[in-house]
Amino acid sequence: MNRLDFLAIAALATLLAGCGSGNAPPEQYGANPQLPAQQRGLLPDMVIARPAAWGDRLPTVPQGYTVKAIATDLRIPRQTLVLPNGDILVAEGRGGSAPKLKPKDVVAGYIKAKGTSPVRGGNRLTLLRDANGDGTYETKTVFADGLNAPYGLALVGDTLYVADQDALLKFHYSVGQTHASGKPVKVTDLPSAINHHWTKALAASADGRYLYVGIGSNSNITERGMTAEVERARIWQVDAQTGMHRAYATGVRNPTALAVQPGTGALWAVVNERDELGPDLVPDYLSSIREGGFYGWPWSYWGQHVDTRAQPQDPEKVASAIVPDYSLGSHVAALGVAFSLPAMGAKFADGVFVGEHGSWNRSNPVGYKVVFVPFHDGHPAGNPIDFVTGFRGDDGLTRGRPVGVTVDPRGALIVADDLSNTIWRVTSNTRQ
Amino acid sequence: MSVAIDRIRWTLHPLNAVLLAGSLALFLGALLSDIAYYRSYAIQWNNFSSWLLAGGLVVGAFALLCGIVALFRSRWRAWPVAYVLLLLAVWILGFIDALVHARDAFASMPAGLVLSVVAVVLACVALWIALAGMRERGAS
Repeated sequence: MNRLDFLAIAALATLLAGCGSGNAPPEQYGANPQLPAQQRGLLPDMVIARPAAWGDRLPTVPQGYTVKAIATDLRIPRQTLVLPNGDILVAEGRGGSAPKLKPKDVVAGYIKAKGTSPVRGGNRLTLLRDANGDGTYETKTVFADGLNAPYGLALVGDTLYVADQDALLKFHYSVGQTHASGKPVKVTDLPSAINHHWTKALAASADGRYLYVGIGSNSNITERGMTAEVERARIWQVDAQTGMHRAYATGVRNPTALAVQPGTGALWAVVNERDELGPDLVPDYLSSIREGGFYGWPWSYWGQHVDTRAQPQDPEKVASAIVPDYSLGSHVAALGVAFSLPAMGAKFADGVFVGEHGSWNRSNPVGYKVVFVPFHDGHPAGNPIDFVTGFRGDDGLTRGRPVGVTVDPRGALIVADDLSNTIWRVTSNTRQ
Repeated sequence: MSVAIDRIRWTLHPLNAVLLAGSLALFLGALLSDIAYYRSYAIQWNNFSSWLLAGGLVVGAFALLCGIVALFRSRWRAWPVAYVLLLLAVWILGFIDALVHARDAFASMPAGLVLSVVAVVLACVALWIALAGMRERGAS
C-alpha cells in the first residue's frame, strides 16, 4: 500500500471509529487490569505495520547487553529451540487455510498482509551452529524440510517433537546432528480444518510423559460459526507414547506459546485475546493453566465479562470462567514465552520473557517488543520491563516483529523475527 | 397530441429499471438473510447478507449513475431529482449497513437488521417514484 492509501485508510478509520484512542494505554498490566466498556465504531481501529529494512539499525537492549543478528534471510522464522550442544533449531513457515467468507475478509486480508513479510514460508527447520562459542553462528543448514507450517518445538531426551499446523511429529535426535536422520513419525493429528489461528504451540511436561499443544480458535469471536470451533481454543495434553489426547484446558482463545515452569512443573501460556472491542480490550494474558480449566472464550473474557457477539450465550460457562493470572495489555499479540535463568543477569534472572508481535487493532500501536515479566515466589510480580525494543521505530516504520523467545542456558535470549526474517541473540556483556 | 406528451413526466431507460429492480432484490435478500440470522444464529445467513449487500451496492451504484444521467437528459426535473436523492440515500444507508455487517458474528445485530429494513423501504419508494413518473396520467 502506498503512503497515501495508508493515510486515507488510517484517517477514515480514525474518523469512523469515533472515540479517539490515540492516548497512552492505561495501566493494564498484572492481575487486575482496568477493563473499559466495549466499543466499536463503523470501522475497527487499524494501524498496520509499515515494514522497512533494518539497514544499520539494531534493536534496542538494556544497558550492559548486546544484540546481534545470528541468522538472516530465513523464511518466516517463528519459534526456536536451543539444543543441548548449543545448536539452535528454527521453525519456519506460514500456515492457515481460512477461506474468505465475507467481503470484510477480502479487504482486511489485503490490508493486514501489508504488515507482514512477503517471503514464502519455509516449511522447514533450520539449524544454526556456533562451533567455537564466539557468538557467530557460522553454520546455517536445513535440518528438516517438507514440513507443514512447523511452529512448536520440544526436545525430550533423544526425541525431537515438532508441531506442524496439522500434526504432532517426532524425529529421533542425537546431539551434534545437523540433518534429521529420516522422515518424521506422526504422534497424532491435530485439529487443522480452516486453521484461522494455525500456530500449534508445544511444550513437554517436566517428566517428558506428556506434550501440551496449544490450538487456537477458528475465528476472532465465532464469526465462522460455532461448528468451526469444535476442538479449538484449547490446550491438548498428548501422551507422548500413545498419541492419545485429552483437553487439558478450554476457552483459551489463542494459546500461542507454552512453557513449563522450572521447579514447579506448572504449565504456563501466553494467550491472544479477542479483537474489535476497543483499543483497551481484551488484554492478552500470561497465565498458569489449570488442568480442566475453562478460560472464557468465546462467551466471556477476563472471567465473567460477557461478550454478546458469541450467540447463543452460555451463562453456565461464563460463571465457570477462570480469571487469568496476568494481563500483558490489550492487542500486544504475545507469541513467545520463555522462563529465564540466573545466567540472564540479576535483574532478569527470575521471570519470563514474552515476545510481542505487535497490534493491528489499535490506533496507537502497542507491542512490537520483547518484555520481561518479573516473578517472585513463582508468580508474576510487577510490571513488564522492556527487554528488546526498537522493532517499531519513532519514525513509524516497523523493522521487525518478535515471535518466539528462547533462553539459551549459556546466558542468551534468542528472538525470532518473522518480519525481517532474522534470528536475534541478546547476551549480557558481563559473563555470569 | 402535445397535451398527451406533456403528461409523460419522464421515461426510465430499461437498463435503469433493471438495475434499480436488481438492487432492490439484493437488498431485500440481505434483509431476509438478516432475519434468518437474527432468529437462528446460523452464521451462514450473516455471510449471505454481507455479500447480498455488497451486490446491492454495486448494482445500486450503476442505478445511481443512470439516474444522474437521466436527470440531465430530462425536461422534468422534480421527479428525477427525488428519485436520485432517494437512490443516494439507499446507497449510503446500504454502505453503512455493509460496514455494520463487517462486525464479527452477532455484533452486526440488531443494527444491521434495522438498516436493512430501512434500505429496502427506501429502495421500494425509489422504484415506485421511478416507475410512477412514467405513467401518462390523465391519458387513460
